[in-house]
Amino acid sequence: MTPELVIIGILTSGIRLATPYLYAAIGETFGQRSGVLNLGVDGQMLLGAFAGFYVAFTTGSLELGLLAAILVGAVMGLAMAFVTVNLQAEQGISGIGFYLFGLGMSELLFKMLLGTVETVKGFPSLHIPFLGDIPVLGEIFFQHNVMVYGAFLLVPVAWFVLNKTTLGLKIHSVGENPEAADSLGVSVARIRYFTIILGGILSGVAGASLSIALLNVFQQNMTSGLGFIAVALVYFGAWRPWGVLAGALLFSMVNSLQLWMQVLNIPIPTEIAIMLPYILTIVVLVITVSRVRSPSALTKPFDRGE
Amino acid sequence: MKRNLILVLVLALALVLSACGGAPAEEPAAPVAEEPAAPAEEPAAPAEEPAAEEMMEAFKVAIIMPSSITDLAFSQSMFDALLAVQAEMGGEEAMEIVYSEGMFVVDDAAAAIRDYASEGYNLVIAHGSQYGSSLQEIAPDFPETSFAWGTTLNTFSDDGITNVFAYEANSQEGGYVNGVIAASLSEAGVIGVVGPIEAGDASLYVKGFVAGAEATNPDVVVNVNWIGSFSDVALASEAASTHVAAGADVLTGTAQMVVGAIGVAEENGALWFGTQSSQTSLAPDIVVANQVYDWSVVLDEILALIHEGTYGGEAYTITLANGGLVMDYNSGYTLPDDVKALADAAVAGIIDGSIVIPVE
Amino acid sequence: MRSRLDSLLDALLPVFATFAALGVGAIMLFILRVSPVEAYGALWEGAFGSTNAMAETLVKATPLLLVGLGICIAFRASVINIGGEGQMIIGGILATQIGLTFTDWPGWLVIFAAMVAGFLGGALWGGIPGFLKAYFRVNEILSTVMMNAIAVQVMNYMLRGPMIDPAQAEKASKIPQTARLLEAFRLPRWAPTRLHAGFLIAVVLAILVYILLWRTTLGYRIRAVGQNPHAARYGGIRVRRHIVTALLLSGAFAGLAGAIQVYGVNYRMITDGSASGFTGSAGFNGIVAALFGQLHPIGTIPASIFFGALLVGANKMQRVVQIPSALITALNGLVVIFVVSSEIWRRRRQRQRLSRDETDDAPPSIAENINTSKEEGSA
Repeated sequence: MTPELVIIGILTSGIRLATPYLYAAIGETFGQRSGVLNLGVDGQMLLGAFAGFYVAFTTGSLELGLLAAILVGAVMGLAMAFVTVNLQAEQGISGIGFYLFGLGMSELLFKMLLGTVETVKGFPSLHIPFLGDIPVLGEIFFQHNVMVYGAFLLVPVAWFVLNKTTLGLKIHSVGENPEAADSLGVSVARIRYFTIILGGILSGVAGASLSIALLNVFQQNMTSGLGFIAVALVYFGAWRPWGVLAGALLFSMVNSLQLWMQVLNIPIPTEIAIMLPYILTIVVLVITVSRVRSPSALTKPFDRGE
Repeated sequence: MKRNLILVLVLALALVLSACGGAPAEEPAAPVAEEPAAPAEEPAAPAEEPAAEEMMEAFKVAIIMPSSITDLAFSQSMFDALLAVQAEMGGEEAMEIVYSEGMFVVDDAAAAIRDYASEGYNLVIAHGSQYGSSLQEIAPDFPETSFAWGTTLNTFSDDGITNVFAYEANSQEGGYVNGVIAASLSEAGVIGVVGPIEAGDASLYVKGFVAGAEATNPDVVVNVNWIGSFSDVALASEAASTHVAAGADVLTGTAQMVVGAIGVAEENGALWFGTQSSQTSLAPDIVVANQVYDWSVVLDEILALIHEGTYGGEAYTITLANGGLVMDYNSGYTLPDDVKALADAAVAGIIDGSIVIPVE
Repeated sequence: MRSRLDSLLDALLPVFATFAALGVGAIMLFILRVSPVEAYGALWEGAFGSTNAMAETLVKATPLLLVGLGICIAFRASVINIGGEGQMIIGGILATQIGLTFTDWPGWLVIFAAMVAGFLGGALWGGIPGFLKAYFRVNEILSTVMMNAIAVQVMNYMLRGPMIDPAQAEKASKIPQTARLLEAFRLPRWAPTRLHAGFLIAVVLAILVYILLWRTTLGYRIRAVGQNPHAARYGGIRVRRHIVTALLLSGAFAGLAGAIQVYGVNYRMITDGSASGFTGSAGFNGIVAALFGQLHPIGTIPASIFFGALLVGANKMQRVVQIPSALITALNGLVVIFVVSSEIWRRRRQRQRLSRDETDDAPPSIAENINTSKEEGSA
């Protein structure tokens, strides 16, 4: 095996692995920027993954499947928004509740509606003309399926929305100082509804990216805690889309590196290899101590006090 | 402070009340347990049952599984066998099956085992090697109940326990056969394996597979990836992709998280070998063969013994020889005759003992 | 002083919320063509219906309570510890190692040493995120999530390597488990049930944690850091050190929970490759229990019993009416959501009472202060 092959392999699968993290973590970034911590991402992903899979499986249309994942994600987001905005529930705990609900519900529906593991033909790899033909780089970056591209395109879009638009400004103000935002006529509730629902949608899409694009199966608890890593990556990225991208790529690349280390028979215990992405994510964060503060109002419910 | 005290009191009261009220609760509505599709059951059964006289009460089996009855792997293999035995015995009237799936929490499983035993189930199967300690503790309290567990050969007879059966699978045997076929079919000479944790049944299978592959083609490279989890479908798939990128054109894997890896194999035109249950349905074009666990061999013997009044003490191994391990070839994949011959020779060799698989 | 009625209503709020959630669950049961009456009857039966059922409930409540106590401490210092799973595992491993090493020691000494080892193991696993938060500004949610995953791999490595049961090591199918603890090393049980002394230990510790938080300088400082780090620093409290202490203690209680699971329930460690196989998700559920108990150590006792009952009863319900266990998981999720949402009424009425509310008792709102200190460490 040439080193070149290994490096291409690591980068290519790192990009694939990063895809669900990106969708989910970018969604979570919106929520946290507006002051809402959502720990229920994993549950939303599972429901999205199931909805996407089931609809794609029964209708044969991947687009409809994706749409179903979006809808389910939006409904979950709506419920989460109601609980955290209107009922001002403690966010970390209600997130755990939504996680459990999604975990159980997706499996229950899977058992009732499908009964056994099935497969679909997922989104095919798109070989992008010209770019995909570039040696090495083309192979690494431009021969993936559409959901992978979507995840990476989401990063600049999210950056633009958050930093260059009035909407982004409003989200920022709601997350930093909801009282001030409110007095300036920004509806804190409306902004938070928007970001939480968006987060739900993106979590649903993250799930669908697994079930109808990357893995093309659904199985109970198939995310296996991936949503929690996505939340962690938001902190890694210090609430900036590019930072989230860096975190997702770091984690995923190290994960694919450890898979390769095993294939290359590097003599370390497999458990040590498996730990690597988790350890390195912490270590890198320690080294590159971030100066960015969290949104001041994060996890704080807002009450207009009427 | 005061409020919390009251809360304590209220709950304490609830506990006491329920203790009084609950003591004689013999729960007459005892488990109306049949198998999954519950609603179809007619209560009228006893009436139209002429044999109601001799009233051989249905043999009641409870099973506790770590994964789900549809995992296409370890848990499903036992549940399918139970259903087969049930059908053989004459359906639900003859044998009643209840199950608890997803019991990966060991102490929840222990509670379930004790509960089923005290509900009067004749046979309680704890289908996971993590449940052994619990059985060791519970079995002596229920001498009239028979227990079974796997995969292991330990019936705790050394501890004076007489009502526990044990069973295990020589998964290295089918692994070996799969390895022989895999090495013969691999044009690239590179084979990839995806496994959960390097221990127990999975580790046995992989050792057998590697031995079979290397015995057939000494130059073949078998890359093994342990992903450290039984549930991480995404990582299992990526491990399969890694094998493909490293040149593998034949893949195999064990445990329930490999379902995604099979898709990766299909997408890349690689071949797949399954184990535990048949995985052919997931990718009918590329699955070559599966080693299927047929526990009904074990169940039949256990039931016979229980019928004679022996509630435990025996340990069973399913093997190719006793038909507990079955090589299941995908009819949708045309296996070249010479390769099939090699596989048959391997099966014969394992059965007659001329092939000894090193598993240490 | 608040009226008794008020207090009672507050305390019963989670119970009402649970009933509401079970009401939604009844609809789901109905769709599955299962009689909700029978199902919930089984739930009650499984949780409280017999001596054994109640014992099981308390067994289940024990780790929830211990983890919950740690959560109370952490939340008071405004840190979120979602690393209970990993801390339980490390505590369990160290405690087990004690019992496997010192086989000739007297039982009481081994048990004591093992509890200390579990405590220290959890403290280590909680202390690291605390240290990283205080001195390197690494968010504790991130680090505890990662540390959970690392702990699982540590467990897998130890149980299939250095700590494997010698009986398994010589077999071909090596079950990844340790040897069984000697009988003398097990926590006493209330035979014939599984109720073990660990529950008593947990209850005693709950009282100690209450004293720690409200009757000692350390507790005062931890709460001060949680309530307003700026003021605390101004008042001469070393904020960073107390953040580390809070997470360290929080982890220590989870570690102890792990040790008690081994010495009281399982008598050995065994891995199925996941955290929850060993912890039963108590590292997460303990957070919920602490919240049900309004983050008060004493309140966490009934709350843990309540949540433990729900978990134990739900398992029974699964067995009796043979519904997929997934429904139980979803139902638990609903209960958590409903209970946490119901808090708003408690807060509303509290606000109406206003003034003179002793800080002693209820944290104003659990959510309110969590974030204040978030990035304090470096400031």
